[in-house]
Amino acid sequence: MILLPVLPIILPLAGAILCMFFRKNLIAQKVFAVIFSSLMLTVAIGLLMSVRGGEIAVMNVGNWPAPFGITLVVDMLSAIMLVLGGLMAVAVSVYACFDLDQGRTRFGFFPLLLIMMMGVNGAFVAGDLFNLYVWFEVLLTASFILLALGGEAAQLEGSIKYVALNLLSSALFLAGVGILYGMAGTLNMAQLAVVVQEGGHGGLVTMVAVMFMLGFGIKAGMFPLFFWLPASYPTPPAAVSAIFSGLLTKVGVYALIRMFTLVFCNDIAFTHGLLLVAAGLTMLTGVLGAASQHEIRRILSFHIVSQIGYMIMGLGLFTTLALAGTIFYLIHHIIVKTNLFLVAGAIKRLTGSYDLNLLGGLYESRPGLAMLFMIPAMSLAGIPPLSGFFAKLALLIAGVQAEAWWIVATALAVSLLTLYSMTKIWAAAFWKAAPADALPCKEPADWRLFLMPMTVLAILTVCIGVFAGPVFSLAQDAAAQLMNPAGYIHAVLGGG
Amino acid sequence: MEVALAIVIGVLYAGGLYLMMRRNLIQLIIGLGLLSHGANLLIFTSGGLREGGAPILEEGKKAFAAVPADPLPQALILTAIVISFAVTAFALVLFLRTYEVVGTDDVDEMKETDT
Repeated sequence: MILLPVLPIILPLAGAILCMFFRKNLIAQKVFAVIFSSLMLTVAIGLLMSVRGGEIAVMNVGNWPAPFGITLVVDMLSAIMLVLGGLMAVAVSVYACFDLDQGRTRFGFFPLLLIMMMGVNGAFVAGDLFNLYVWFEVLLTASFILLALGGEAAQLEGSIKYVALNLLSSALFLAGVGILYGMAGTLNMAQLAVVVQEGGHGGLVTMVAVMFMLGFGIKAGMFPLFFWLPASYPTPPAAVSAIFSGLLTKVGVYALIRMFTLVFCNDIAFTHGLLLVAAGLTMLTGVLGAASQHEIRRILSFHIVSQIGYMIMGLGLFTTLALAGTIFYLIHHIIVKTNLFLVAGAIKRLTGSYDLNLLGGLYESRPGLAMLFMIPAMSLAGIPPLSGFFAKLALLIAGVQAEAWWIVATALAVSLLTLYSMTKIWAAAFWKAAPADALPCKEPADWRLFLMPMTVLAILTVCIGVFAGPVFSLAQDAAAQLMNPAGYIHAVLGGG
Repeated sequence: MEVALAIVIGVLYAGGLYLMMRRNLIQLIIGLGLLSHGANLLIFTSGGLREGGAPILEEGKKAFAAVPADPLPQALILTAIVISFAVTAFALVLFLRTYEVVGTDDVDEMKETDT
């Protein structure tokens, strides 16, 4: 039991190593990828069950006591993120078994996917700032290769932008870590929180907070630092885009939530106010960017940016309800966004194109696929009773309670524009008659099996909407835990 | 010493950011390298510069004779150097491949994925 927090890191690593042993045997790699991501999901659910009651699982690596050694900490937010990560890994590896071309599979898609999941999971359980930096680098390096795998011109161009900006953000993060160490003499997040609470560091804490905001903001795709995202995410195959859009930016959001609830709470009016302004602008620019696009994956990529705005909004408002809204939004968004990219990949597999001008008539010929698109798309726009509605509702109520009217107005307007974008895809790809020069639809032999991951995710979206109560109370417990950092500090440092 | 290092760090950051904003891919990667060196030196400096004692206890003693240097920033820097080495190596290969496939090393020409 005490080793449980380390399993989400060990399992994908073991899977990746096993995959490398069977470098030539693609079937074995597929089997290992699916088995190990399922194991990851199982362990994550187990972890969520064990921290559900409110206690925090802490593991000191090498048995060095807390502020000195590396600490792995799983609280409810981490556990929820681990479950979502495991779920996405399963869905995407099953999807990739069918859709990914031979070349990419042969050059190590599955081991890379597992290594990236190791980095993602590591970032979720890290209780030490430098450890967080290392996990970020692990997941970034794996994602660089996943993005460039295949070597098409557009992919390479997108990779350059992705690599350059993410390395810049890592340098900022590292510089922040250095200054923080010089100031506090520790990098253990719990002890940092204690040192910052004691005060006496003047404006230095706020300066470092802004450095972290920039560093994580680039990774999360926050305004005005999001330009790499729509340039790079639409370029790789759908399986890669899906896992990136579902998880990678959310690791940035997770890091923002962690740092700005636990450590940087000394100057809330300034730092969280800044986050709130950035959130509003992120929503707006993302959705306006999406409105001008005519390629499914580009529209979806701009929507990631706009959705990140909603999550940051909850953090910026900084009340328990707002944070619960953010966590609910994370749960909803990761599932829905990954699913939309997978469905876009299915459309491409069927018709050979992502371009709305070349698509059409899919509702008539493929009503099942149309439903699979409709559910996550309407959920993204926030139509009741789907998951997105409750996520937005919680955030709006929190905004009204905080009397931050302008952000509530922005969120509502952006929601409307999201609906516009989704109906644009719907009308063009599914409803309008197929254009005369459309490519012929050919249904692959394994089509029904291939739709499995998307169907499961769509059912989950509906379930989160229908059983919003229990899910929301989970999010609320996680938020309450975040708003009361004393519990986290006590669990890590003991007594202190 | 701190002042001198602060100036060096400032120059590294300024040079790194300037090079990153150039149009040439090779200048971009040199800029990234300079930035990571700047960050490493920043950790080194802000971790405290102390002359004298190595942080290793002499045999049979329980306390240090002089205040020892803090070993942790150096461990952090070592890790960061290894990471930046690997990432730079990857970036070089990526840039070379891009140059071959796209046919240019001018970042301004790479507008295919922008909108």
